[in-house]
Amino acid sequence: MSETITLGKALNHGLRRALENDPKVVIMGEDVGKLGGVFRITDGLQKDFGDDRVIDTPLAEAGIIGTAVGLAIRGYRPVCEIQFDGFVFPAYNQIVAQVAKMYYRSRGNVTLPIVIRIPYGGGIGAVEHHSESPEAYFAHTPGLKVVTCSNPADAYAMIQQAITSDDPIVFFEPKRRYWEKGVVDLDAPASFPLHASRVVREGTDATVIAYGPMVRTALDAAQAAADDGRNLEVIDLRTLSPLDLGPVYESVRRTGRAVVVHEAPGNLGLGAEIAARITEECFYSLEAPVLRVTGFDVPYPAARVEEEYLPDLDRVLDAVDRSFGW
Amino acid sequence: MANGDSPVGADAPAGGFVQLLTPDGERIDSVTTADGITYSVDFTDDEYRELYKDLVTVRRLDAEATALQRQGELGIWASLLGQEAAQVGSGRALRPQDMAFPTYREHGVLYTRGIDPIMPFGLFRGVDQGGWDANKYKFNGYTIVIGSQTLHATGYAMGVTMDGKTGSPDGEAVIAYFGDGATSQGEVNEAFVWAGVFHAPMVFFCQNNQYAISEPLERQTRIPLYRRAAGFGFPGVRIDGNDVLATFAVTRAALDQARNGQGPTLIEAYTYRMGAHTSSDDPTRYRIASEVESWKAKDPISRLKAFLSKQQLGDDTFFGEVDESARKLALDLRERVLAMPDPQPVTMFDHVYPNGSPELDAQRAQFAAYEASFEGSNH
Repeated sequence: MSETITLGKALNHGLRRALENDPKVVIMGEDVGKLGGVFRITDGLQKDFGDDRVIDTPLAEAGIIGTAVGLAIRGYRPVCEIQFDGFVFPAYNQIVAQVAKMYYRSRGNVTLPIVIRIPYGGGIGAVEHHSESPEAYFAHTPGLKVVTCSNPADAYAMIQQAITSDDPIVFFEPKRRYWEKGVVDLDAPASFPLHASRVVREGTDATVIAYGPMVRTALDAAQAAADDGRNLEVIDLRTLSPLDLGPVYESVRRTGRAVVVHEAPGNLGLGAEIAARITEECFYSLEAPVLRVTGFDVPYPAARVEEEYLPDLDRVLDAVDRSFGW
Repeated sequence: MANGDSPVGADAPAGGFVQLLTPDGERIDSVTTADGITYSVDFTDDEYRELYKDLVTVRRLDAEATALQRQGELGIWASLLGQEAAQVGSGRALRPQDMAFPTYREHGVLYTRGIDPIMPFGLFRGVDQGGWDANKYKFNGYTIVIGSQTLHATGYAMGVTMDGKTGSPDGEAVIAYFGDGATSQGEVNEAFVWAGVFHAPMVFFCQNNQYAISEPLERQTRIPLYRRAAGFGFPGVRIDGNDVLATFAVTRAALDQARNGQGPTLIEAYTYRMGAHTSSDDPTRYRIASEVESWKAKDPISRLKAFLSKQQLGDDTFFGEVDESARKLALDLRERVLAMPDPQPVTMFDHVYPNGSPELDAQRAQFAAYEASFEGSNH
């Protein structure tokens, strides 16, 4: 059954399907029950599955993740919601020191199939701590896997794949795209493995690499470039740890130019790692250095200047121009 | 008396503690706290002797580990010296179906669970990170970050409730171990909140050994630790942590309450860390010898030995046999520690992810090829 639904609703359907498919799946977080989450991603789930499957927790992020660890040891599959990106840090210790390391520490004896959902990124005019992109902290941590969706169909498939995976997964949701619509086949099995990047627009002149909320921006830039006669290939990374750069290398070897786009600050961000790897793998194919279009190296600024902080269509095209001007 | 306060113990701190065996080896039949709960034990002669054997054995194994560290065979050791009664008493109070979440010092609890004492030595020797199956042994991995395991225990206990395994005498209960220093951690306080709110079937077992490395209890709290429980909505009780009988009685009662569906309890086991924090520590820099001497007079083993002697439950032959048995175990432990093979370097890539990672596989292959490039050379 195909439906045109928002990304947020697609996640809601995916969570519902996961709860139906496995009685060990539990959802836990602040306001996820009666309220359905501040973004309504868990809307209606507590009503249908009960308050011990969809648990309104005390207001304590370390507690959410720490108790999820214990539930996972007990055999449950917790899906934790962190309400906003900037609120994950009280739980950082549990995520980095415990969730990421328990399987390794126990030499494979203890698996923690935990999904940590985090709405992330800016563009919604919010106050401090509500617009950040902390994905690099987690992608830098061995033992965690990190993914992010960019459209409703992926959101529906990926959240279910993440929940059935035995790996601990940080699942970043592009909050400003929650309301964007797309066609989702609610009955079709996922057409892609979870940890696979994907070419979302084919092109020949330059490769634009993006993920999460920036995929839409990159596609808009590619459309604008096409109007000017430049044919950009756009790749949605989808998985940030591990990276799946095979399609990127293949593309860059054809185009000779690469631009990486993300909202997070550039310094030591995903773009730095991707640029290094493209350089290692595609050195003789490159016509110009790999360029990055990112947030600036400042704390996320006040909402009335965030449009200037966030990479947009023009900054992506500017980078493409600079690549061609090399 | 405030709730949880106890009336007895000439050597007790203000507020008292539950004591069933004095430092001189005198039995106190029962103790009733201000909460109106009466604690006592009803051991057979053999059970008293077994407790004594446990205490002597875990101390002897601990001494062997300290020696191994001094001889360079362990990277570090966290000694339990002085805390034998708190660990053996609480460990023996666990029923087989109960789950324990230890710190890195709970070697005595591990022993009482019937686990081979060699198990944590891989961690201290540096050949692994612990690495046992928590569910198989009903004993979670040693947790080094202070207090984090209390949340794990709480979540596990919530799972016990969700599984419908509480509300009867054969229900399951969970015990979380931590120390006085950990009570300052936010995560431990979050665990108290969650356990209270979710009525988790568990016991928070705090071994107050008076020091968090160098910092005395006064740097962690202005009130006795057991009284903190009241603020979270569950009972707190202090026990003489050097009294294995009181420790057993109170822990068993609290665990049984938990398994019966009556929620969590905080137990403060008032004890003393006779040795250093770890083998890397020098306690002479922060505490005086007379304090250590005063606690020697409260030794958990000598008081049980005195009791056994007075009651004619043990004579020199028995005590000698126990010592000899512990010595043999310690020598066996030593031999097996020395025989532990170093891991192959490439195994550092094992068990990072249950489902693996192609990136990591590539890194592993590169490393293996690099290592292989030295084969046959003198490097």
